[in-house]
Amino acid sequence: MSETVKKRSKSRVSGVDRFLTVVRVLMATLIVIGIVAFIAQQVWPGNPFADWRNPDARGLTGDQFKGLVVSGLSQGAMYGLIALGYSMVYGVLGFINFAHGEVFMVGTMSGWITSEKLHDAGLWESNFILSLFLIILVAITTSTVTAIITERIAYRPLRSSPRLIPLITSIGVSFFIQNAVLGLFGPASKGYPRLPEWLSKQRSIFTVEIAGTKILVMVVAAISMASLWYLVERTQTGRAMRAVAEDKEIASLMGINVNRTIVITFGVGGAMAGVGGILWGLLFRSVTHMTGFLPGIKAFTAAVVGGIGNMGGAMAGGVFLGSAESIAPMVILEPLGVPGVSQLKDAVAFTVLVLVLLFKPSGLFGEKLSQEDRA
Amino acid sequence: MTETALLEFRSVNTHYGAVHILKDVDLAIYPGEMVCLLGGNASGKSTTLKTLLGMVTPTSGHVLLDGEVVNDKPTSYRVTNGVTMVPENRRLFKRLTVKENLELGAYLRDDREGIEEDLENIYELFPRVKERLSQKAGTLSGGEQQMVAIGRALMSRPRVLLMDEPSMGLAPALVQQNFELIQQIHEEGMAIFMVEQNANMALSIADRGWVLQTGRVVLDDTAEALLANPELRSSYLGES
Repeated sequence: MSETVKKRSKSRVSGVDRFLTVVRVLMATLIVIGIVAFIAQQVWPGNPFADWRNPDARGLTGDQFKGLVVSGLSQGAMYGLIALGYSMVYGVLGFINFAHGEVFMVGTMSGWITSEKLHDAGLWESNFILSLFLIILVAITTSTVTAIITERIAYRPLRSSPRLIPLITSIGVSFFIQNAVLGLFGPASKGYPRLPEWLSKQRSIFTVEIAGTKILVMVVAAISMASLWYLVERTQTGRAMRAVAEDKEIASLMGINVNRTIVITFGVGGAMAGVGGILWGLLFRSVTHMTGFLPGIKAFTAAVVGGIGNMGGAMAGGVFLGSAESIAPMVILEPLGVPGVSQLKDAVAFTVLVLVLLFKPSGLFGEKLSQEDRA
Repeated sequence: MTETALLEFRSVNTHYGAVHILKDVDLAIYPGEMVCLLGGNASGKSTTLKTLLGMVTPTSGHVLLDGEVVNDKPTSYRVTNGVTMVPENRRLFKRLTVKENLELGAYLRDDREGIEEDLENIYELFPRVKERLSQKAGTLSGGEQQMVAIGRALMSRPRVLLMDEPSMGLAPALVQQNFELIQQIHEEGMAIFMVEQNANMALSIADRGWVLQTGRVVLDDTAEALLANPELRSSYLGES
């Protein structure tokens, strides 16, 4: 009896499992060594390991570290806003809408157009708060409408086909929107008008030096996420969305209009991407037709890291990913003697994805997927 | 009969693609009665329910609700007009709380006081459910889930309750209890249309019954007559 059990458990450990274990151990060791080396460097800058690996590294001052955390958080808040769209659509329809990054880009782009017009009219300088509301409104509307239109013409006709089909379609939609924007506005990078001094200047809050723009980003992101949470958890519409995500047939049996609920889901995801787009525009002040690509992929990563289909996970995943890609290069990679660490943000972001998938395949906050969901 | 049937099939045919499922099916459910539909696997029982609810549209024939043809009316129309179903295996929204499940049952209603009143009635009917309101429905036991599923259906204030295999997946001890519950609801005036594999149990509480075989109604009689019919099991239900 015990022998057969042993045999079975033995045969379960395949070569792939062993390989993965080795990778897990290696990754974990690397991170631990990096962090230990970082701490050693902080405490004793000229220690032998630091001298050997990276004699030029100076370590970080407290202010630098706080700066990294703050940029990580504001960047992460935007990833989180975009990630919500991926996660919600996945929750309801079970496929990844790769065109969502473009929905975000369209928001940034429409915000640029509006802000240019407002700048020309002089309202940007004279009444910035009103202008801000206007561009946010325009971006939300544009992104929402884009998301709803793509659902209607690209995804709804494919509702009953295998999930791979809408996934591939979404890549096509993504190319289409990119190129449409390229055709309409050209390839040049477009700059948002300068922000008023009172907003963008550095402020000191709880000993943390922080640019006003980043505060704005975090505050707006927090407000949007809170209102989304309220919508999903506390309203009849949100209850319907969650019901549809779980079981469409029974949801329609309750009298829920499933199609309308799916449209609302796309729309709300689009609105969040629109808000994210404006924040992106305000923070980086430039937009091209390719703006949506990398943030889109990162946000998708954030959604997976947080546990796809889970909204709280998407937000947390975004913040986690943003912080990681901001902090990890300096804290883990530099003490190890990796050259040019500040350019390794993107590599770090995707390494985080690999790490999370290695250690917790369903994401940080994800539920265990059943066999049927995994298809 | 002069009384108008609550729900009625008049020579209904349905197809899934080229496959002919229901063949000239006639059914009628009158207010306040308890009827059951029996049949083996793949006899068209589930399709019958889906057609009654408007999830499947008949290719010919008529579905009538209160004597009005509702072939093209959506499910929500039928739910608003008093038809609802307790699905097979209960199919609760497992990630939602018990309270949310019950509230979703009343999704199409907007009379706040009426909903509150019905919630209270359900708590009275199922005191166990009240204790678990804020729990995720997926964490409940099978028997408790059954209570929530029935409660959820009752929240739409139905006049007829369609029940798809109510005893499926329940522990044997609960099956009896479940049938008593159905009877209790029925005694309060609810029409019940039950689809069951457990023919004995179903017929012992029903007024009338139909037997479906490969999409055709082969027997249509009172429950007593069906129970007494020696051929019922061997020929129609595929039991030995």
